[in-house]
Amino acid sequence: MKPNQEQLLWMYKHMLISRFFEEAIETIYMEGKKPAFNMANGPIPGEMHLSNGQEPCAVGVCAHLTAEDIVTHTHRPHHVAIAKGVNLKAMTAEIFGKETGLSGGRGGHMHIFDSAVNFSCSGIIGQSLGPAVGAALSRVMQKKSGVAVAYLGDAAANQGVFHEALNMAAVWRLPVIFIIEDNAWGISVPKRSSTAIERNSDRAAAYGMPGEFIPGNDPVAIFDVVGEAIARARQGEGPTLIEIETSRLAGHFMGDAEAYRPAGEKDALQKLDPIPAMKQRLLEQDLLNDTTDAALIEEAHAIVDDAIQFARDSDYAAPETAMDKVFI
Amino acid sequence: MTQVKQKERKLTIARAMAEAIAQEMRTDDKVFVMGEDVGALGGVFGNTRGLHEEFGDERVRDTPISETAFIGAAVGAASDGMKPVVELMFVDFFGVCFDAIYNMMAKNTYFSGGNVSVPMVLMTSTGGGYSDGGQHSQCVHATFAHLPGMKVVAPSNAYDAKGMMIAAIRDPNPVVFMFHKALQGMGWLGTEKDAIVHVPEDAYEVELGKAVVTRPGTDVTIVGITSGVHDGLKAARTLEEQGVSAEVIDLRSLAPLDRDTVIESVKKTGRLIVVDEDYHSYGMTAEVIASVVEAGVPLKAAPQRVAYPDIPIPFARPMEQWALPSPEKIIAAYNTMKED
Repeated sequence: MKPNQEQLLWMYKHMLISRFFEEAIETIYMEGKKPAFNMANGPIPGEMHLSNGQEPCAVGVCAHLTAEDIVTHTHRPHHVAIAKGVNLKAMTAEIFGKETGLSGGRGGHMHIFDSAVNFSCSGIIGQSLGPAVGAALSRVMQKKSGVAVAYLGDAAANQGVFHEALNMAAVWRLPVIFIIEDNAWGISVPKRSSTAIERNSDRAAAYGMPGEFIPGNDPVAIFDVVGEAIARARQGEGPTLIEIETSRLAGHFMGDAEAYRPAGEKDALQKLDPIPAMKQRLLEQDLLNDTTDAALIEEAHAIVDDAIQFARDSDYAAPETAMDKVFI
Repeated sequence: MTQVKQKERKLTIARAMAEAIAQEMRTDDKVFVMGEDVGALGGVFGNTRGLHEEFGDERVRDTPISETAFIGAAVGAASDGMKPVVELMFVDFFGVCFDAIYNMMAKNTYFSGGNVSVPMVLMTSTGGGYSDGGQHSQCVHATFAHLPGMKVVAPSNAYDAKGMMIAAIRDPNPVVFMFHKALQGMGWLGTEKDAIVHVPEDAYEVELGKAVVTRPGTDVTIVGITSGVHDGLKAARTLEEQGVSAEVIDLRSLAPLDRDTVIESVKKTGRLIVVDEDYHSYGMTAEVIASVVEAGVPLKAAPQRVAYPDIPIPFARPMEQWALPSPEKIIAAYNTMKED
């Protein structure tokens, strides 16, 4: 399945928005945290997990999805939320903890919920899986269209829920696609030290479902393989497990010194940055030139700047409203 | 001619729960049941009996033994418009799946600022007394009730069980519905006869979060939930023979906790005994007593708790029976306070 021109440009543009967004968050996150780094300080307190480098996993999948499809994600959700069409202003305000945020500041960056586009996430490793299976079951039972996509990291494949959810989705032949973003690291522990087999996609065989490995952090290859899986799911042919080789260009969280990384790894990864590679591909295919690229970059920056400005300009909710919204 | 008496329709809690679920399933096609052995078997504790025959595989769904997956799936289905009633066979099993319960089921509404509702019921069996050992006999009431974002309810009789189950299914929030095995009316678990009561055929709701005065009295307030209510009623009958008038309150809900009903009662009696089959420390008993003390209710004696000791539940019948709350322990607790 090949992306058309419009889809290719959409993917590139959303990779840019995502990257610019993370760069903006990175800068703002450090406000108030220098010279002494204290996670509680600054306009964006708390943990911050950036997705730089993993943009292909977002756009190659979400290019196939509409608002009605369900996506569940992880503690590192910004790139996929952006590609899924989450309201970026409200998401940014949420990350700042403002009243105009998606939940008015009750969730924060690891708890992004936008029901308008059926996006949610959990900060607990592996807990994107169960809700996606259930949402897929819901669509089948209600005879409604839509597939569910559960994202997880490679380290989450070692959680018990991975086994439970894949088995149940397969037994019930549900329209779910499990997407592993394999960035080779579980915080500081390399995949080879935590995972008994080289390819998590091989585990699909244990559940009688197709398993696909996509090398190279390549959005077009991802689009191709995921497109087939989503088509199968939409036709009632059951779930698929897909492992995407990607790269975490930032630390596990902001403030992570990354002393565990082998010398030279980050430089090598930077050279494989998927965004320049995507640009090069589009230039070679004459889908982009320097002028249109500059225009796309400007547009992406404007979208991010608007969202950041909206978040900065918004107020905090009255603290005592923390008592609200526990129950409907 | 004798007057025709309205025919009593006595049901067990198990039957009442199954009837409540069936009635809601007939009127709302979003309601479905999922769990281990809830299908053809009708639930290990009988509370889904008959549902599979009537509604079939799709809506009465046996799951793999995968509590994290199916409770997590219920969260996802509920957030997508369905109303799952899921069963955690023994509450003791929460250890393998609690994240789906307290970090997702109970928090997703808050994390979404109220934009996502999670209208699901998690029904689960509690309680011991039949030598099933320390991983199949616990109540862990407080473990659930301590955590925000979920209602936690537990009926003591079939009338409440039906009305509270219907209310739980209709509630837009997640509800943990605990049912005590010894009250279930399953002969093989022993049967508490007072739990088998008249149950109207039509659907009705019993409001969640409301305690009820099960037996009025003036000298001492005995507060309990599930088995504790029955222990309290038995103790009250004995105390009556001794000229003591005990008021028995069935909390029915742990969260929200109806503090007002307890406080009003203790204002009248001045004495308070709280009974719970859950562990003694940091439990419901402490919460109820603290609530009364905080309200400044004048007391004629120090409040007493009759709860499970802080030990794993032992297997040997003499040991387990020794450890359980009982009417005798309630009377003994009263005897410590009557001289004041």
